[in-house]
Parts: sequence; C-alpha cells; structure tokens
Amino acid sequence: MSPHAGYNFGFLDEYAKKEIRRAILKAISIPGYQVPYASREMPMGRGFGTGGLQLTLALIGADDVLKVIDQGSDDSVNAVNLRRFIEMTCPGVSTTTRTQDATLIQSRHRIPELPLTARQILVLQVPYPDALVVVEASEEKRKTMHGEADYSRLLVKLYEDIVKFNEITISHRYPTRINGHYVIDPSPIPRWDVPELDHSAALILFGAGREKKIYAVPPYTKAQPLAFDDVPFRVEDFRDEQGRRRGCHRCGCTNSFLDEFTDSSGKKLYQCSDSDWCDGQRRSPRE
Amino acid sequence: MGYVAIKGGGNAIAGAAAATEFLRTNQSLHDAAAQPLAINAVGHQLCRLVDRIVSEGGVYHPTYAALAIKQSLGDALEAAFALRAWRSTMPRLTATPVLDTSRMRLIRRISSAFKDIPGGQMLGSTPDYALRMLRMELLDESPEIFRAFARDWLKGFADDVDADLPDSFPKVMDALRAEGLLPPVDKDRIREAFDITREPLVFPVPRSAALATMARAETGSLLAMAYTNMRGYGDIHPTVAELRVGYLPLLLPHPVTGELAEIGEALITECEVLAMYGADDNGGIPTFGIGYGACFGHNEVKAISMAILDRALQKGMKDGPSNPSEDPEFVLLHVDGIESMGFASHYKMPHYVTFQSDLDRLRTTQSKAGASQ
Amino acid sequence: MNKVLEVRGLSKIYGPGCASCVESTGPEKETNLCPHCGSVVALHDVSFDLHEGEILGVMGESGSGKSTVVKNLYFDQMPSSGEATFFDADKQHDLFCLNAARQRWLRNHRFGMVYQNPHLGLNFNISAGGNIAERLLMSDLMDYGQIRERAKALLARTEVLLSRMDDLPGNFSGGMQQRVQIAKALATQPPLLYLDEVTTGLDLSVQARILDLILEIQQELKTAMVVVTHDLGVIRLLAGRAIVMKYGRIIESGLTDQILEDPQHAYTQRLVASAL
Repeated sequence: MSPHAGYNFGFLDEYAKKEIRRAILKAISIPGYQVPYASREMPMGRGFGTGGLQLTLALIGADDVLKVIDQGSDDSVNAVNLRRFIEMTCPGVSTTTRTQDATLIQSRHRIPELPLTARQILVLQVPYPDALVVVEASEEKRKTMHGEADYSRLLVKLYEDIVKFNEITISHRYPTRINGHYVIDPSPIPRWDVPELDHSAALILFGAGREKKIYAVPPYTKAQPLAFDDVPFRVEDFRDEQGRRRGCHRCGCTNSFLDEFTDSSGKKLYQCSDSDWCDGQRRSPRE
Repeated sequence: MGYVAIKGGGNAIAGAAAATEFLRTNQSLHDAAAQPLAINAVGHQLCRLVDRIVSEGGVYHPTYAALAIKQSLGDALEAAFALRAWRSTMPRLTATPVLDTSRMRLIRRISSAFKDIPGGQMLGSTPDYALRMLRMELLDESPEIFRAFARDWLKGFADDVDADLPDSFPKVMDALRAEGLLPPVDKDRIREAFDITREPLVFPVPRSAALATMARAETGSLLAMAYTNMRGYGDIHPTVAELRVGYLPLLLPHPVTGELAEIGEALITECEVLAMYGADDNGGIPTFGIGYGACFGHNEVKAISMAILDRALQKGMKDGPSNPSEDPEFVLLHVDGIESMGFASHYKMPHYVTFQSDLDRLRTTQSKAGASQ
Repeated sequence: MNKVLEVRGLSKIYGPGCASCVESTGPEKETNLCPHCGSVVALHDVSFDLHEGEILGVMGESGSGKSTVVKNLYFDQMPSSGEATFFDADKQHDLFCLNAARQRWLRNHRFGMVYQNPHLGLNFNISAGGNIAERLLMSDLMDYGQIRERAKALLARTEVLLSRMDDLPGNFSGGMQQRVQIAKALATQPPLLYLDEVTTGLDLSVQARILDLILEIQQELKTAMVVVTHDLGVIRLLAGRAIVMKYGRIIESGLTDQILEDPQHAYTQRLVASAL
C-alpha cells in the first residue's frame, strides 16, 4: 500500500515500542500493578482499543500469527479495522481466526473459550483500568489504596449490593485480586471469563490507551474475583425457565458464553459469542 | 443464517470511507469548474482553523494541519486527531532550551492592566471589535477585488517598515516584578520541562506537566473549564497583564560548535494574567499571583483560558482544590479533545457481551425481588 | 495496671516554624501564634500515660490543642516531633516511626475514633450496617453472614434500632449518628478508643445516654479511652484522670476529682468556677 510507505514497522517509532516493552516487563514483574506509560495517539479513536493496539504493535514480529476479536467475533467491524491496520503497518505478519493457531491475540470484551497455551499472549483492551474508580475518584488516593492493598471500600460495595438486592450486581469488569495483592479491573469481559484468568498458561496483558496504563496477569498466577466466603462469585446463568442450560442454536454447544438475539419472527435465539469456538464445535462437536 | 449481526466488518468500513470521500468530491457532479481544495488555500484562508489544529494536534506543522482539515471535511476534532496520530510515528530527537518569548516577532500585543506599556500596545488582527455581521459581498467574491485588497494594503507601508521594528519587546511582567509586585523567580525551580508525550501524568504532577497538557487541550473544553472559574465556581478574577501573538524564534545548539542557532520559528499566542494577591508561602510580603498560558498558533481564547486555569491549579495544588477548576485531576484529565472525542465515539461500538452480563444481573435481581414480594 | 499508651514530648507546628516559636507562644504569652514567623504552635511538649481500662480526659477551650492530640495519635496528622508508644499485648509500637501501611493497620484493627462531626467518622453514602461492615472488612473478616451478625450485635449494643440498620446515616438523628460511630469504632474490639467532643451539640438527655453507654463499654471491655472535651461535666462523669490544656501546652494534670476540687493553675480555677 504505497500511501502508507514511509511508516515504521508497527506504525510507532522504535523508541515508543521500547518504552512500551519496558512497561510490559514491569507489569509482569508486579502482577496486577498498573504501570503508567506515555500512551501514544493511534489513528483510531480512544476507546476503540488503542491501548491494546500499542501492546500488540510493541510485541509483534514478522513471524507472529495474529488473531483480533471484538465481542468474541473476528468479523466485527472494529476487529476487522484493527486487523487491517496491523496488516498494513506490519508487513509479513500473518493473521488467523483460529484461536489455536494464533501466537498473539488482541481482544475486546472476551477471552476465547478454547483454553490458551503457554506459547500464546492475550492482549485485552481496557477502557477503565482501575477497579477502585467506583469508590474513589482521585487517582492519587487510589494509588495509596492499591499500595496498601486497601480494598475495604470496594468490598463494602459488594456488601451493600447484597443488602439491597440479595445479589452482587456487578455484571462485567468484575474486580479481581491478582497474586493476593493488587485488585484489577479485568476489562469489560463477562464474569464468565474471569475464571480463565486464574493460573492461565498464557500471559495476559491489559492495555488502557486513554488512561495510559499497562498491567498483566502473568502465566500461572492466582486471580481471584472479590467475593465473600459465604456468598461466592457467580458467572452468568444461561438456564431457561425450566432450569435447563441453553445451547447455541448454531452449534448446539451448552458450555459457552451465549449472545442473545431475536430473529425476524420475534423468537429469542442464543448463539456462541466466540465465533471461532462456534465454528470449531460445528466441525467437531467433541473438540 | 449468517453469523450474528456484527459480521461483515470489512465491507462496511470500506463503504463508509467511500461515502465520506463522495461527500468531499461530489461538488464536481454539478459544478464543472469544481477544484479540489488547495492545501495552500486552507493554510491561508482558514488560518485560524489551522492554528487550532496545530495547537490541539500538538505538532507545529501547518501544512499537515491543512491536509488534516481537508481530509476530515473541516471537522476540527478529527483533524487534530489525525495530526496527533501522525505525531506518534515520529521519534523525539531533541528538545530546545527554554525559549525567551520577549524575542518574539510580534503581530499583536495588548495589556488590559496598563494603558501605556513599554514598547506600546499593538492591536494587530483581531475580531474583538468587529461587528459580527455577515459580509454578504463575500458570497460571490470577485478574484480581482480579493487580490487588489492585499496589494493595496501593503502599499500603505513604507518599504523599510521592518527596519523600524525592535528585535524584542520588554514584557509587562518584568516591570511588575522589578517593582516587587510579583513573587521573585525561584531560580532553583527552573528544571527540565515535563514531556507529556514521553511520560504519563501520575498525580501529583509538576506545573510544567499541567501547562503542557493545557497547551494541546481542546479549545472548547479548556474554555468551559476556565469559564466555570470566571463565573462563580472559583475566584481567580484575572487581569490580563499581557497578551502577545507572534513568531517565536526556535533555537537549537549547533551540532558542532554547540552555539545556539535559529532553526525556524513558530506562531504562538502567549498570555500572562495577574490574580488578586495572596500571602507568600514562606511568610513573606503578599504579591500578585501569576497565571501563564501559551499555545501554538493564534488562539487567544485558549491562551487566556489556560492562564486562568494555571492560576487556579496552582492555588489548588497549594491549598487543596475548593472547586473543580482548581483540581488538577479534574481539569487535566478531561480537556484533551482526542481522548474525550474518542471515548464518546466508542459508545457506538457493539457492547453485546457486557450488555448480556447486565441483562443477566438485572433478571436475577428482578426474579429475587419478585420472589420476596 | 498495664500501660496502653505512652506519649512523650508531642509537638505540632503549622507553618515553617522558627527558633523563637516555642519561647514566644504558650499560656504565659497568651497566644499560640508565633509573632516572628506566623506559625501556629498547636502542641508543644505534651506527655502523658494511659493504662488499660482507664479514661483520660483532655480538656481546654477551642484552640488549646486538645483535638490535635488525638488527631496525631490516630494518624489523621503527623506531629512535628515527639514520640508515642502503643503497648499491645506483648508487642509495642513506636507510632510515628511506622510506615503508612502499618499505621493504617493499627488504625483499622487496634484503635477506634469517634469524631464530633459524624461526617468524619461515617461514610454517609453507605448504610449504617455498611459502615460497620467496612471496618470489619478492613480487618479481613470476609464472611457476609458473620459480618451481618457482628454489625447487628454492635448496633444493638449501642442501642440503634436494628430496623434502621440498612438505612443511610444521613436519615438519622445526631444522637443516633454518634451511636453508629461508636458501634463502628468498637467493631474490631480495639483496646484503645479516642473520643473527640462526642456529645457536643447534642440534647442534654441524649448526651447523658451516650455518656452512660461509653461508661458501660469501658467497664465491659476494659477499653482505654482518651476523651477530648471542653465540657467539665463530661470530664467529671467519665475521666479518672485529666489534663488541662491551654495554647498547646499542658498546664495541669492529675486525678479528675483533685483538679475539679482543688485546681492549681489560675486558668483551671477560672474554668472550674465558671462551670459551677
């Protein structure tokens, strides 16, 4: 693509990439700690994954196989847009939709259903990096709270939820404690995906572009969603009125996160949110 | 049936880009003489817009700013965004030393504190006293009159007009400082400026980080924040000691001799305000408080807003914020146009997964509430 | 009697301070404002001991520095100089040498504070029960059912209607807010409690019941307390020993009865006389 000739491999200049890699190393060394970095402006909007994109561009090499998903789908507009941009600015990189073939996966709002392996890195896009922001507006104060692992105000929020609603009402962005100290906002993944963070074989990196933070759940690291001993953390419930687990109308899978939509006749349908998983189930349901 | 409603991204994106390009070019369908907008014309005839884009984009590159305006169909936020993104591909190779703005080649200079200022007031180009009546004659402007005006206007000046101009104009603030009305400059505090393009803001931040953030803030956002202080959510009550607009010589050390050499110039607007006096931190005599604003391009509203907010933030950093415009986190994290517009736009993206989680929580709590009633 | 707290030479200066601050301020100079540098000498050379189950009264008028004493000991502020040692079972803590995290741990686990202004002691955005839960959560109790039961028991003990447990403190009367604050302060059964003008501004009948509650708690739990007040009646009722402060200095100290019956310092004499 000639109009883009003249841009560096990976768009960013090499100094910027080095800086991001240093921040990544620090994030891995201090699991769950939000490392500030000088997030660069990318040619797509803040909130569209510029934090994740900077991580991907700083990490990617010509021998990498990249997968980009948004809401679980490789085909959604934003995923396509990011993938095309990376293809354009990183000549030689190959892309895939197959989770098992990817070495680097950038995702918004989902962790793939297929368990990741030690040779893979998952990059999650993050709009709000700090789980404490719901109880404390000042970042300066939040930094002290994190340093002292002072999460009592966040736990009180859970307490008040149970008092009011008899349930913890946090739906996504579920605060999760990493390696017994820092509590992270795991990005707007559903609660369904939170258990995947715990002792994941793959390195999981979080990039917040607008808020200029990078943090990590290193491989095989403890990740515990905040909960009470007697009121456990619960993932989304996909049972119907009769208590039966709903399945995907397309592949029949009954152990995946489902999207809900209404067909033209007004009937409610459920379908795997992870499109690659769904395709895989159709090919070989026992996979 | 195909895979959910979010499919088909690639074609949709290409289509959206083509529709935008059609908007830019379709004038040619009903106007045979239609020409693509010349970058040069944007640079000259929409120079205030270019000024805004170089300032908010954070790169002094008027030509690329004009290009950004052209390709974004005049959307100022988008244009500044494109320029800022281009900037991300450029390494920072060096930094100039602190530049002396008394050496600016001025095109305008006023003070609202004193009638007579050393060097004199100079109104220059300003819409301040213009009647904002639509100039209907420009609806169909004749190229001859257009050219004649510029030629005739210059004839009014002697050929050697430049020779009469001094190299530098003394600053109003220096006179006030000499009189002891301003706090003395703390020489120890002049250190390397904080570079917001290389370091994130981790609060508390030094004043230079606040100034840099405001210098590339979105004009309207900065104005709104400053206006809250002017109107009643604050008490800075500023007086403009000096507002100057002009071309600032940029100096860099010569690679061989190390001597400072002029490498070019940038049009900037600089504003210094005085605020009602306060007691000195160290129990000394009271002095006026100072607020400083400066930005690329000719943008007086931005420079004044920035100066007022600088004063407000200094107050907040010292005594703790007593209103939003004195709170560094509140001001500095919300004035960047690229960040705020990006985040506002991102709400248009699909949020199916998170909404599914929301539905799950609402249905669960509804059924629990229903069961207990 | 076991010693709980030992305070030595506690001083607090607001402002830059100078060599003449101390000699230019104090009761004899009738000011705590240093005429040389404009600093306020809020506390100078305050020393006292506190023993298990004892209530020490700190009295004085506004500006005497009496509230500053507890603010420093509760880590709301850091003193300019001085030492304080907290004796906790077989451990002792040098309060002002601890790092911020250790100080917060002591605050959350071993100290309690009840402020005159309930907004300082309570979070008005969460329920009364939530306020107590917060303190229990800070001390790492993570069982919802147990937290509920502890909060209920504490509110019952401080005579807050259990039907109001899940209401916001803003909807409570002033007396009830103080009861919630006391329940919150007691949540972790701290051996040391600070009370800063807890009954000021309340109706007399409400005051009396809260003072009774404090005495009962002291007798039941053997909690050591520092009670800051300008009200001699409160001192007379609660405190076994008392110190009298003026312009940041201690001008008199001893058994409460002794001070009230036979005040030595002219200022204390005037204070006692005016209260009769």
